[in-house]
Amino acid sequence: MTKRNFMTVSFAALSQNEAFARVAVASFISQLDVTVEELEEIKTVVSEAVTNAIIHGYDENAEGVVRISVSIEDGLVDLVVEDQGKGIEDVDLAMQPLYTSKPELERSGMGFTIMENFMDTLEVVTAVGKGTTVRLTKRLSCAKALQN
Amino acid sequence: MGLEEKRENYGMKESVSAMSLRIATETKQDVLVVRLQGELDHHTAEELRSKVDEILRNPHIRHIVLSLADLAFMDSSGIGVILGRYKQISARSGEMVVCSINPTIYRIFEMSGLFKVIKFRESEAEALHVLGVA
Repeated sequence: MTKRNFMTVSFAALSQNEAFARVAVASFISQLDVTVEELEEIKTVVSEAVTNAIIHGYDENAEGVVRISVSIEDGLVDLVVEDQGKGIEDVDLAMQPLYTSKPELERSGMGFTIMENFMDTLEVVTAVGKGTTVRLTKRLSCAKALQN
Repeated sequence: MGLEEKRENYGMKESVSAMSLRIATETKQDVLVVRLQGELDHHTAEELRSKVDEILRNPHIRHIVLSLADLAFMDSSGIGVILGRYKQISARSGEMVVCSINPTIYRIFEMSGLFKVIKFRESEAEALHVLGVA
């Protein structure tokens, strides 16, 4: 059993912070026995959730704040990405593969699908006018090996 | 000492250089070869979009080869910009071929159904061969 560890970062809803967010989460998780592939998956997922917050939550308004919290315990990664933006009117529709509310921006509509595929669980809590919280968890292979 | 070397000394080379995208382009007959290095996300997608669209103003270009050997990261914003360029190329009855993809990016391509319309080849040479460029 390892002690629970956690971190939180908040930053402006600017697209250049997408790379910062990926690197910040990856560095924190690197203290675990994580594979290159798992790290790549987590970085992709962070990028998807943060990009959604910036583009959809805040319509790229740099005054918006995106908050990421990560906690790790016994090889379980618990990642939360929050914004206080406009919220999602229809979550089921937003989660459909290839659906995008902004086709004019050449968005692929694959963000949630990638999050679901690369993580074990995905939970979206949203309220129109209040914001969106995306919670993702993943059990790392090092933890699975310990269980067996 | 160059900046690259300094970064290496601090062990930061990858994380620092990874924050941007380098785009190299080359035209071979009617094929535009686009080589990407670094990270393709929402932030860097715009640069790729405008750079390729500028070159595609030349009506003689029919095909695109995307060479991704040095692309370290790509998310769904990359899929969006690639599909957008594919639409332009296919409107001129051209083809898009992608080569040398890392395993995580390969899975993102697969998940998005991109391989239904874009051919995959192991190397740039094979990709060019498919398009009739020796």
